[in-house]
Amino acid sequence: MSLARHWRLRDQRYRLEGTACDDCGTIQFPPRPLCPNCRSRTLSPHPLDGRGQLISYTVLYQAPAGFEAQIPYAVGIVELGEGPRLTAMLTDVDLDALQIGMSLEMTIRKLRSDGDDGVIQYGYKFRPVQFEGA
Amino acid sequence: MNRATADVALMRPELPVGIVGYGAYIPRYRIRAEAISRVWHGDQDGGAPIAQKSVPGPDEDVITMSIEAAANALRRSGVAARDVRAVWVGSESHPYAVKPTGTIVAEALGIANATLAADLEFACKAGTEAMQAATALVGSGMAPYALAIGMDTAQGRPGDALEQSAAAGGAAFLMGAGDEAIALLEGAYSFVSDTPDFWRRADQPYPSHGHRFTGEPAYFTHIIGAARALMGAMGLTPSDFSAAIFHQPNSKYPRRVAKQLGFTAAQIAEGLLAPEIGNCYAGSSPLGLARVLDKAQPGDRILIVSFGSGAGSDALVYHVTDRIDDARRRAPSTDDYLARKQFVDYATYARWRGKIR
Ligand SMILES: [Zn+2]
Repeated sequence: MSLARHWRLRDQRYRLEGTACDDCGTIQFPPRPLCPNCRSRTLSPHPLDGRGQLISYTVLYQAPAGFEAQIPYAVGIVELGEGPRLTAMLTDVDLDALQIGMSLEMTIRKLRSDGDDGVIQYGYKFRPVQFEGA
Repeated sequence: MNRATADVALMRPELPVGIVGYGAYIPRYRIRAEAISRVWHGDQDGGAPIAQKSVPGPDEDVITMSIEAAANALRRSGVAARDVRAVWVGSESHPYAVKPTGTIVAEALGIANATLAADLEFACKAGTEAMQAATALVGSGMAPYALAIGMDTAQGRPGDALEQSAAAGGAAFLMGAGDEAIALLEGAYSFVSDTPDFWRRADQPYPSHGHRFTGEPAYFTHIIGAARALMGAMGLTPSDFSAAIFHQPNSKYPRRVAKQLGFTAAQIAEGLLAPEIGNCYAGSSPLGLARVLDKAQPGDRILIVSFGSGAGSDALVYHVTDRIDDARRRAPSTDDYLARKQFVDYATYARWRGKIR
């Protein structure tokens, strides 16, 4: 992802900021200008709480440029408790402990770095819920 | 107003200030000290002062770790992110040489834009330096809340004795008005001198040390100097404290300095984390304070004394209030992070930590 695009998307990358429809209450991620449910154009920024569950996943043993240091790692589809589904890297988990339906929480991690002299990109990943009740 | 002459030694803000929220962070991974010493020195035993140390995952650094610790601190305080007017991160392992850690932490927590943000560096003292600065900002009335973080992912040169202890972790403290505090600052004192005990030149990946300077002229002189001056200025003795935390480069030094100052083993037990996770550098004494706050009772008095090479110590005295019981439940405890552990072997550790180039 380009430097400019990553910078533009930092609200959603860092804080999982989506939108909530003022008319029907539906929550979207990534943020939308138009509600897919009721076609309303009045939506407000809505930071999601970052709790969800694992719908499916795949393990990567070969990584695109900038992700080499992290292989092997898993990428999952996460369904958030507030509704939206998204694709995210999974972390803080042993790959053989991954289970469809497991409860996940958002954490901010290094996503990739451009060599030794480029920018480091940070953003959301998901991990198993670490501390129940906290 | 003769405060400047009356108690020249004591540092105290004009307005009452205290910790209104705190949060710990320790990565999930550990490596046993013997796994490191076996690679470099053969399988000999007895040498390692620390059983295991914490290791950051391949996608963690001071920025990501600071974000989680600070999020825990905010959650404990109940303060809205936009009311925080400074984010100061003390570390010797900031991911960038130029580009502040503080802005990324502020942005991720929703604190940006109307805030100060900067990185502090003073070896292992950078975290308490941030606490002093945040206290001053709130105590002068310039800001309602200021965030101070001490966090490190410390590295030792492969094969150096430091590699067995250089660890990852730290804590964040949100400073605010005294009447909202879970721990009220009663007084502080800072003590520095030009001492060549330990350094890292710009552009060098690993530090160097001046062996004969590391003990007495550095660690002990500064911690004892700061602690004695502060207790003297406040008219306190070790028996007035329920707990004390001293910087923890290993398991031995904090025990010895506590004894020299007149503190018992029981007084330092709760804040002594080095045997479990190693030396978290700028995060070391702050993390010890977080664990003590996890267990503290209203009325407890706590002494924390950092030490940073180069060299200096900050000593701070906190008085725990009855707001502690509510606050501590709202975020994971230091023990939660201590109990979460997955051991890795030296090969994994070396790859993650960039020791193979
Ligand atoms: Zn709608």
